[in-house]
Amino acid sequence: MGIITTISTWLIPCFIAIVLIVSTWKRVPAYEVFVEGGKDGVRMAFSLLPFLVGMIVAISILRSSGALEAFIQLISPLLVSIGVPPEIIPLALVRPISGTAALGMTTELIGTHGPDSFIGRLASTMQGSTDTTLYILTVYFGAIGIRKMHYALKVGLLADLVGIIASIVVVTLLFG
Amino acid sequence: MVNIIWAAMAIIGIVYAMFNGTMDKVNEALFESAEEAVTLSIGLISILVFWLGMMKVAEKAGILTFLSKLFRPIIIRLFPDIPKDHPAIGYILSNITANIFGLGNAATPMGIKAMEQMKELSGSDEASRSMITFLALNTSSLTIIPTTVISIRMQYDSVSPTEIVGTTIIATLISSVSALLIDRFFYYRSLRRK
Repeated sequence: MGIITTISTWLIPCFIAIVLIVSTWKRVPAYEVFVEGGKDGVRMAFSLLPFLVGMIVAISILRSSGALEAFIQLISPLLVSIGVPPEIIPLALVRPISGTAALGMTTELIGTHGPDSFIGRLASTMQGSTDTTLYILTVYFGAIGIRKMHYALKVGLLADLVGIIASIVVVTLLFG
Repeated sequence: MVNIIWAAMAIIGIVYAMFNGTMDKVNEALFESAEEAVTLSIGLISILVFWLGMMKVAEKAGILTFLSKLFRPIIIRLFPDIPKDHPAIGYILSNITANIFGLGNAATPMGIKAMEQMKELSGSDEASRSMITFLALNTSSLTIIPTTVISIRMQYDSVSPTEIVGTTIIATLISSVSALLIDRFFYYRSLRRK
């Protein structure tokens, strides 16, 4: 773990140092180019804003009304019958929709069941091996103004499903 | 499809609240979450400005081209419609690297920049083949070291906070490979339809 933490903390500063050394060597006007590139960032953050407001509000309506919870309870028996641990179902369903909600659930599961329990390990693995598809879709396509997404959402959600099943199978095999 | 999902989430929520008496909560959440989204976007400015500025310097200094040349064989197979030596490849690689090390903050701006470059290539407001492949890779999570999860496990006094790195890598590998296969399946199906 020590090595991993070191790599993670050294990576960015070292990358920056290398970029600046090479650019100075090649006589690139580094500061001017940085400011020019940074302006893109301001523009992007603002063009992103309506997409994020729209998506986050819709998700929060679904959650605050209790509909999401009701849906989870509705399909839980079906998932339990095929061997999915009931505690993990809310996390599995929320993970592709909302990153903050999923992180909250993972923290709660680890807190309640303990980090070294089966559920704790499963929640940890699931959190680490999947990502919030709806958020990535909103941010990446929103920032550059893509209107027609074609089959992108289907691919993302199916990949999430595989990731969730894979987490359950792998954790059961290794720690079960 | 996004249009339908977006509207459906809101409509289902509101209709459910009508019958369940949670309309006050929905009303409250509406405005709180809108504010939260604005805070999130504004918060993104610092990260976007810093990383896009830095990456522009890297691009001008030729570092992105160097990276593209290094990993060309893999990237050409994954994204066959991006011309070799195109700056998009450099951004894609930077995004993947940042993701692998769990540096989500750095990964997003590079991902957006990669998408922007791919949009310039396709020149339309429709998602291109390579954009969807790139999106599939990102949604399947490329994290090898899940730093956030490890820190949560540490907070709850895990005996071995990093023991889930192995299972995460295996699960990530399975979901990423599947994402690529699913992406290919839908791509060839869409070709046949045309």
